[in-house]
Amino acid sequence: MKGMSISTMPDPDRAQDSFPVQATHPAPSRWQLFGYCVARVIWRFLGIALIVLLAVSLATIVIWIGLVLTNISLLLLRKYAAVERRISGRILGTDIPDPHSARRKRGLAGLGERLTDPATWREMIWLLEVTTVGLALNLAAFFGYIVLPVGYWISPLLLRMDAAINRTLLEPKEAELRERISTLEGSRARSVDHSAAELRRIERDLHDGAQARLVAAGMDIGLAESLLDADPAKARELMAQARGTTRDALADLRSLVRGIHPPVLADRGLLGGIESLAIASPVSVSLDGALPGRPPAPVEAAFYFGIAEAMTNATKHSGAQTISIWLEHSDGVLHVQVVDDGVGGAVVAPGGGLAGIASRLEAFDGTLAVVSPHGGPTVVTMAARCELTPAEGVAR
Amino acid sequence: MVLAEDLALLRDGMIRLLDAHHIEVVAAVDNGPSLVREAVQHRPDLAIVDVRLPPSFTDEGIRAALEARQQLPDLPVLVLSQYVEQLYARELLAQGTGGVGYLLKDRVSDIAGFVDTVRRVAAGGTAMDPEVIATLLSRQGSRSPIAALTPRETEVLSLMAEGRSNAAIAAAMFVTEKAVGKHTNSIFGKLGLQQSDDDNRRVLAVLAFLESAPH
Repeated sequence: MKGMSISTMPDPDRAQDSFPVQATHPAPSRWQLFGYCVARVIWRFLGIALIVLLAVSLATIVIWIGLVLTNISLLLLRKYAAVERRISGRILGTDIPDPHSARRKRGLAGLGERLTDPATWREMIWLLEVTTVGLALNLAAFFGYIVLPVGYWISPLLLRMDAAINRTLLEPKEAELRERISTLEGSRARSVDHSAAELRRIERDLHDGAQARLVAAGMDIGLAESLLDADPAKARELMAQARGTTRDALADLRSLVRGIHPPVLADRGLLGGIESLAIASPVSVSLDGALPGRPPAPVEAAFYFGIAEAMTNATKHSGAQTISIWLEHSDGVLHVQVVDDGVGGAVVAPGGGLAGIASRLEAFDGTLAVVSPHGGPTVVTMAARCELTPAEGVAR
Repeated sequence: MVLAEDLALLRDGMIRLLDAHHIEVVAAVDNGPSLVREAVQHRPDLAIVDVRLPPSFTDEGIRAALEARQQLPDLPVLVLSQYVEQLYARELLAQGTGGVGYLLKDRVSDIAGFVDTVRRVAAGGTAMDPEVIATLLSRQGSRSPIAALTPRETEVLSLMAEGRSNAAIAAAMFVTEKAVGKHTNSIFGKLGLQQSDDDNRRVLAVLAFLESAPH
């Protein structure tokens, strides 16, 4: 691509550059505003239905059906607010960021998290506002449009006012931002610690392994050289020994590299990596799911090692007969689940393999959860937000 | 033969080594697409390919080897790599025909053994690196016909996968060639491989070995 043409194609190299910049949109035309207004009158009546649903759910939360209902209605509320956030953003010509904290568990497991998230409670209060004051503003704007001359001037104003109220109520509060910063600081510290520890381990492995072996091989070769005339038989023996030692050094390097970034993962991506793990696994492994592209290399590696760790635990400790791996990328989040039919009882022990994976994933706002009741099954779930880049060589 | 290796140091070393054993290198290239081109042009007795090659520096060599074999189905290919991956071994053997080798690069330092392997693969044999076999044997799964083999038969099968003849297997296991023949027939029987060309059955047996892993 030459010249100054502006491409609308997502450019993977550029995507990161533009990320921290807050996106702005052109102000909507009067017709668009009118469209928003009409759609929203209907949309806000749906909001009233949502209030009823929420009230019923929260009232019945003591019985199990209430838990399920609450979970569903909170998810609906979140989606509902997300739509409003987007439309209000369009009207104001800017993006309204999502205040929800990034920790996210799926299903009922995430209910407690959702209920304690202050953003959820603010959305509930906002819902009361939006179905009363907000609805009134919208209706006023709508009738304004019908009485054309008034609507031409007044209605856009009313809509902007409504959008501004939405923004105030829906955007992240300072406390939330502060909490988010401290979460990030914690996870950054942990990932720096983790990589420093990794580097130390690599240095030690090189020093005690390949490096030491090459020194030994060099000594053997030197000795052989000096014995070449005096004792050719001994020299030959030493040369053979040196060759064996270089082979061991290479084997050391190979296993070291596998621990850093396995070549098959670099070559074939996550699916190829899983396939390769499956071939080497003593228990039968099934894989379900597809990846239309490749996650960024560090995310890919974190998932790969997470899956490898879960599979190793299943094989070594749980006596599992089968392992099923399920994988999905939806709404910008990569989810992977490793399920085994072993005896269960697995925990994320501090300093253990899974804890290491959890802190690796944390660096990308990712999560790792283990559900493993005694008697099994064990379910290891990993999730992280990531963009996929379409890559050749993945689809075969 | 033709050779594809992108590191000049190793390429020159390999040419010297093969030259010393009267194996002529008609073309030495440093990337995958050139290998396919040269192979089609020279129709060599063997192509030796490094796995990691430009332009992609991933599994280019595997893809070039498979591509070359698609165009010249009888072309024997010996793939060398710093790592062995069961996945790639399976892909190389998937066509079910012989003339395929897959070795760790360090095996080259055993000159006599390496030259022997080169000649064997060029003659249509199969040679899988012992490490490929070792990983497969380390699984204690019981979900494939392989599990039905006796320890002795498994040993024969892994030596077979390395590309050894019955005579060589007999020597390695300190038994008679006749005993090895009995073992191989039993292996073919258990894996459900019908009477056919013995060489081809050997490849299929090794493939069954690799296929015993799930897809």
